[in-house]
Amino acid sequence: MSQDFVRRMPSAGFGQTRTVGLGEKFHLDIPIILLLLMICAYGLLILYSAVGQQTAPVVNQLIKIGVAFGVMIVMAQISPIFYLRIAPWLFVAGILLLIAVLFVGTTVNGSQRWLRIPGLLNFQPSELMKLVIPMMLASYFHDRHLPPLRKHVFWACVMILIPVLLIARQPDLGTSLLIGASGLLVLLLAGISWRYVFGAFIAGLMAAPALWYVMRDYQRTRVMILLDPERDPLGAGWNIIQSKTAIGSGGLFGKGLFQGTQSHLDFLPESQTDFIVAVLAEELGLIGVTLLLVLYILLVGRGVVIAIQAQDTFGRLLVGTITFTFFVYVFVNVGMVSGILPVVGVPLPLVSHGGTAILTLFAGFGIIMSVHTHRRITL
Amino acid sequence: MAEPLALKDHTGESRIFFDRVTLGFGLLLLLTLFLLARMFYLQIIQHDLFATLSDRNRIQVQSLPPIRGLIYDRNGELIADNIPTFQLTLTKERVEDLDATLSKLDELVGLSDDEIESFKKRLSRRQRPFESVPVLYRLTPEEIARVSVDSYALPGVEIEARLVRHYPNGELMAHAIGSVRRINEEDAKTLDSVAYSGTDHLGKLGVEKFYEKTLLGTVGYQQVETDARGRVMKVLDSVPPRPGQDLTLHVDVGLQRAASEALGDRRGTVVALDPATGGILALVSKPSYDPNLFVTGIDYQSYAELRDSGDVPLFNRALQGQYEPGSTLKPFIALTGLMAGATTPEFTIHDDPGWFKLPNNTRLYRDWNWKKDGRGGHGDVNLQKAIYRSCNVYFFDLAVKLGIDRVHENLALFGFGLNTAIDLPEARSGLLPSREWKRATRGLPWYPGDTVNIGIGQGDMLVTPLQLATAVATLANRGKTVVPRMLKSGVELPQQAKTKQLDNVDQVSAEHWDLIFDSMGMVVHRGNMGFGENGTAWAYIGRDIAYQMAGKSGTAQVVGIPQGEEYDEEELTERQRKHAWFVAFAPIEDPKIALAVLVENGGGGSAIASPVARKILDYYLLENRYKVAQADD
Repeated sequence: MSQDFVRRMPSAGFGQTRTVGLGEKFHLDIPIILLLLMICAYGLLILYSAVGQQTAPVVNQLIKIGVAFGVMIVMAQISPIFYLRIAPWLFVAGILLLIAVLFVGTTVNGSQRWLRIPGLLNFQPSELMKLVIPMMLASYFHDRHLPPLRKHVFWACVMILIPVLLIARQPDLGTSLLIGASGLLVLLLAGISWRYVFGAFIAGLMAAPALWYVMRDYQRTRVMILLDPERDPLGAGWNIIQSKTAIGSGGLFGKGLFQGTQSHLDFLPESQTDFIVAVLAEELGLIGVTLLLVLYILLVGRGVVIAIQAQDTFGRLLVGTITFTFFVYVFVNVGMVSGILPVVGVPLPLVSHGGTAILTLFAGFGIIMSVHTHRRITL
Repeated sequence: MAEPLALKDHTGESRIFFDRVTLGFGLLLLLTLFLLARMFYLQIIQHDLFATLSDRNRIQVQSLPPIRGLIYDRNGELIADNIPTFQLTLTKERVEDLDATLSKLDELVGLSDDEIESFKKRLSRRQRPFESVPVLYRLTPEEIARVSVDSYALPGVEIEARLVRHYPNGELMAHAIGSVRRINEEDAKTLDSVAYSGTDHLGKLGVEKFYEKTLLGTVGYQQVETDARGRVMKVLDSVPPRPGQDLTLHVDVGLQRAASEALGDRRGTVVALDPATGGILALVSKPSYDPNLFVTGIDYQSYAELRDSGDVPLFNRALQGQYEPGSTLKPFIALTGLMAGATTPEFTIHDDPGWFKLPNNTRLYRDWNWKKDGRGGHGDVNLQKAIYRSCNVYFFDLAVKLGIDRVHENLALFGFGLNTAIDLPEARSGLLPSREWKRATRGLPWYPGDTVNIGIGQGDMLVTPLQLATAVATLANRGKTVVPRMLKSGVELPQQAKTKQLDNVDQVSAEHWDLIFDSMGMVVHRGNMGFGENGTAWAYIGRDIAYQMAGKSGTAQVVGIPQGEEYDEEELTERQRKHAWFVAFAPIEDPKIALAVLVENGGGGSAIASPVARKILDYYLLENRYKVAQADD
């Protein structure tokens, strides 16, 4: 795809003249980078508190962010055309890897999620699928009629269900639902008829009791705990009670940075990973939480603008889906920690300690920037 | 529906996309607001609730059990101590797999099924999460080492040191001071759970029971900041516990040991009092048991052995044993007769055949030296001889002259039939029969024959060794009554000390006291007078005695001897033999100690029980390194 370095040209979306800045020149989007850096910095601060003011985990996280940042920049340089072409192959490879995981994967905490490639990093194929599914579906709809036809919807559903079921087998219900959601987001953005949406919704409601029977015991427990954490306050309900206590005791301004008692006295479980927002809420209060959510919304808003400005179906669907999926992670995590959603293992994007998720997120933003900075010049 | 070859409608497509994206973004903003509303609800509206929860989470109140008061004997020797013992505890929340941990512990130190079961019972009674529960008490150093070595593999398992009651003299003092036992489920229902929080033991017997409140002390507490594992991070506030008060008892460990050794392996009991105060100098009941076994929980088998033993080691003979007083009652009957004017020092009977008969009755009431061939009897007997020869016929006659009502009234003055002990919760009151008692319990009238038996301390009358020793102390005091007590100093005596105090026996003249003292002295010291003229105990203890001792032997029947039969020890099994009594006080001129000795199934009181009494008095008056002078209160 050609790229002209013209200083002054009409904007694609609004027909105004615009300046191709330094960012665009290196296929970067300054607002996204700034917002990412702010969120990461904020996250590192909270992490520093959550680990009890040790430097090692923070440095470790910083290195991961650095690597992921590099990956993002590389991904941004690659033309969207490449992603469009490679999507089906990535999809097939991803499915094969998911099947491989079921047979030769490493079991951690009762779930078989990891592929161990000797000499290389451990690797979660389901993490890869978080990007590959939107990419595959976007490319599928790219040269098809939109709003999608019934048979295309059918095939799209098949493409979503295969990885979702494979991941659910691991079992990793949280990830499989999130990946399913990202696939459905593509369908929604592609303009699928509301009739399908409501039909699916009703069908889902009716299928819910059936779902109860296929769920494993620990998954049922999580749902029951959500409904009534007091039923097992020292067992499974402990997490939720303690995290609500941490959040609620923070109040408007919080107990002060590094002053949280719930997290530092070890009452709050997973305080560095999935429940890190409770640390933030306890120490910096409602103000601190609001600030983080505002940063997230700005980032998502920027993604939405880029999606709208995208020039082709692939770009639009892909950017829109990655952006909204990002928000779904935020919502599910904060919802779970504050006790309105069941506890599923979803980290808080960019803030929770942990490498693979951060890599995927930054890669996603790399793709978004790639789409945005590889636009053809139009009127 | 639509044709597959339809061209892409780019404008329409991006319009739909724009609509959907804006709709999505709007929805997203709504969801964000929803999250913020949730946070607002938790952090602002419910803030107080969660702030309280958070404080309660980290701030815990831990009880600090007080140190139980120590108990000393009259010479300052420690008889109830607290020593550190190590126990193995387990915190359920910190244990990953309870059963695996228990089986691991079983490998290391060996846990019986009983121990595991009672551990699980304790676990279920736990009050808070993260509270550790004892698995095993009294670890040996070896067990401590084994568990410590593997402690890395045993999260949640800890070795805790605690102060636990220890009785350094073991079974010697068991019946004298009682003991503490572990608080069981039944106790827990009635105990003040605050006062006993952190305390595992409770005085269950004797002094430990009676002075429980004093010995316990006051529980303290500390407010601590803990982490979720219950580990103390910081002590915020603390109120130290107040240790229980120490007690000093009248009991003299040396004398107790001397008494115990004097009894040897025989079943029996000794109660010795200081006549001046009523303080109990020795209280022995044999066989005894090691109270330390009960402190941390005795295993079922050992307990069953103690409980089911025919020798009833758990039974406190000195306080709970109720026996016929036998001839030891004679000095008191004599006093009763003198008080009532029913006899005089000069009055003499002629006890020739060795039996007594009520008018119009054929039944023979035999003297102890009665023989079938009629060679029994004591000849001419006055009051003095009636005591030093222990003549039954004299007292049969005297009792009948007195009648049951006067006998009852006057014996009650010495505390018979009454429980006058103040700090011995197990003490019983014995039985002093009366017309009313017989009618109420048996529905029968009082017969003159009943009175005859009372005259020699038989029939229905029952005394406890403590009661008899107390009556002897009153005798030694020439009528000044005392209340038997364990406590010497440390705390105020309870109110009962006053209410239980009997009026002094003041209707006896000085000559009559002298007469009784002399007569009882002759029991021991009258010797070399020829057959049938020596004091009953002289041959056994009186030949070489270094001080003046007053005594009286007695025997308590275990089985009735049929009319017309001689009591023949050889024909009876050991358990059917009479119990041997001996009561004494010494020195006669200034009594420092009064005692009662009972040897169960010992046979004759003079032969068997008097040497025991002599050894005890010898120790107290001659060997006691603390000297008698200090025995004064």
